[in-house]
Amino acid sequence: MNAPQTAPSREFLKPPVTEVGVLGWLHSNLFNTWYNSLLTIVLLLVLWQLVPPLFSWAFLDSVWNSPAEACRDIEGACWSVIPQNISFIVFGFFPDGHQWRPGLAMLLLIGLVIFSKDSKHWKKSLVLYWLVGLIAMGVLMYGGLFGMQVVDTDQWSGLPLTFMLALFGMVAGYPLGVLLALGRRSRMPAIKTLCVVYIEMIRGVPLISLLFMSSVMFPLFLPEGVSFDKVLRAQAAIILFTAAYIAEVVRGGLQAIPRGQFEAADSLGLNYGQTMRLVILPQALKIVIPPSLGILLSAFKDTSLVVIIALYDVLKTTKVTLSNPKWTGFSTEAYIFLAMFYFICCYAMSSYSRKLEKALHTGH
Amino acid sequence: MNESEKKTAVMSSEKPIIEVNGMHKWFGDFHVLSDINLKVHLKERIVICGPSGSGKSTLIRCINRLEEHQRGQIIVNGTELTNDIKNIEKVRTEVGMVFQHFNLFPHLSIIDNLTLGPIWVRKMPKKEADEMAMMYLEKVHIAEQALKFPGQLSGGQQQRVAIARSLCMKPKVMLFDEPTSALDPEMIKEVLDVMIELAEEGMTMLVVTHEMGFAKSVADRVMFMDYGEIVEQNTPQEFFDNPQHERTKLFLSQIL
Repeated sequence: MNAPQTAPSREFLKPPVTEVGVLGWLHSNLFNTWYNSLLTIVLLLVLWQLVPPLFSWAFLDSVWNSPAEACRDIEGACWSVIPQNISFIVFGFFPDGHQWRPGLAMLLLIGLVIFSKDSKHWKKSLVLYWLVGLIAMGVLMYGGLFGMQVVDTDQWSGLPLTFMLALFGMVAGYPLGVLLALGRRSRMPAIKTLCVVYIEMIRGVPLISLLFMSSVMFPLFLPEGVSFDKVLRAQAAIILFTAAYIAEVVRGGLQAIPRGQFEAADSLGLNYGQTMRLVILPQALKIVIPPSLGILLSAFKDTSLVVIIALYDVLKTTKVTLSNPKWTGFSTEAYIFLAMFYFICCYAMSSYSRKLEKALHTGH
Repeated sequence: MNESEKKTAVMSSEKPIIEVNGMHKWFGDFHVLSDINLKVHLKERIVICGPSGSGKSTLIRCINRLEEHQRGQIIVNGTELTNDIKNIEKVRTEVGMVFQHFNLFPHLSIIDNLTLGPIWVRKMPKKEADEMAMMYLEKVHIAEQALKFPGQLSGGQQQRVAIARSLCMKPKVMLFDEPTSALDPEMIKEVLDVMIELAEEGMTMLVVTHEMGFAKSVADRVMFMDYGEIVEQNTPQEFFDNPQHERTKLFLSQIL
């Protein structure tokens, strides 16, 4: 800071204009060699060709909220397909007039998720909030209380279904995966073998076939008259699938913990459970935040595979909308909208994980 | 029975705090420790030295069952170490251990490192544990670092925290496994000073170290190990001035 004052005898020149500011940046990044200059010019031309038409398609020539007929004779995008069908895309077959119920349940869920993000709220009371919240959501969705009409789970569809499958898939899959990882490292041969077999079997099978099995094969093994809910079975399949992948990632984290940490915990007299919970897992789980996030993101997106067993998640309700002759042909717009939705959710998760990583960083 | 053993026997007729009888240990086919016999009485300070690979670290790691022995007997504070996990945990709460690489818990602050054992093993209330931890941190001259994380401290500071962490469990015996070997030369003294203070307060200590100055000034007994055997043990004066075995002489000529 004080350097210029302590050495006044020397004149401090400004660097040449071509080295700093916008010109300097352009020079060093875009035009520093002849082939980079060429590449820059070619790219500019391509962008010139692509961006303006795309812009006018999406914004200038488009309609945003109009009946289907108005879309037939325009050049641009017909975004109307979304607002005109929004209630079916979001709520699917949930009975008309009751859609405030899944709406409220989703708001409750999002509220709880946002509340849980803050590490200040990580106390025992949080579990209580979640329990109350989950019961409230269940009542809202299923009804049967306070004069609300019963809505069977086969009518649960659209966004609430996607959120439900994804969130419970992650929240229940993660701890199960941690247990499997610990089991795989266990010294007890029975537990170890069981975990290895489970993990390898699940990982060796595509999620689609697991969903098929849960919806078609599983009921065959049940005694007559006993049946599990279809949504529940799909949920279970997603949880079991996610857990197997999480288990391997967590195992990688456990292996990265030096033996000295186990020994230090042992030498204090901590038992196995305490050692894992207080010393090993906090470190191991922190290491595996980035790969875990990858698995959670794909679990979130893979929920769209439940179409295969005739569950109507948000992707399927959109498809159904597009099969209406009035709206056929506007799939680009609808899918762009869906892509934005998935992107926003995934981006929120990944930016949260980056924040979490930073907050948990203690070494220097 | 040689001089030193006679002396030890006379010094204390009460039951030893650590008793090792005819203990053997193998790593796979490799016979690391062979017929180890050792008695440690309360307030005794023993330094174990020897060339690397002689089994000295393995010996003290067997005493709190970080390594399993295959034959013979290890009795700590009246409890024999077997496969019984309850006994092992009981012994570990009575025996403190300081490692070459400190092994502090990097995700916990210094004070939380110290209170982890007392709170979860001794079931001490948090407030009380915090007060005790601060007392021990002051003892190792590092109280001002209580809220930092291990990664922010120097090696010497970390090792002093590790010593304080062990002391928080109020152990009857402290084991030191080459506590200064991973330290820069200028940090060795601060750790040795803490260990000397501890010795002066009457802590029972088993120290594996190459610091012969420490052995001379602090130890009641110096043990020399080579090829998995206790070759010779004696008072520091006898040991350094008048070594009996060829192997001891050779070792001393190499390090002094």
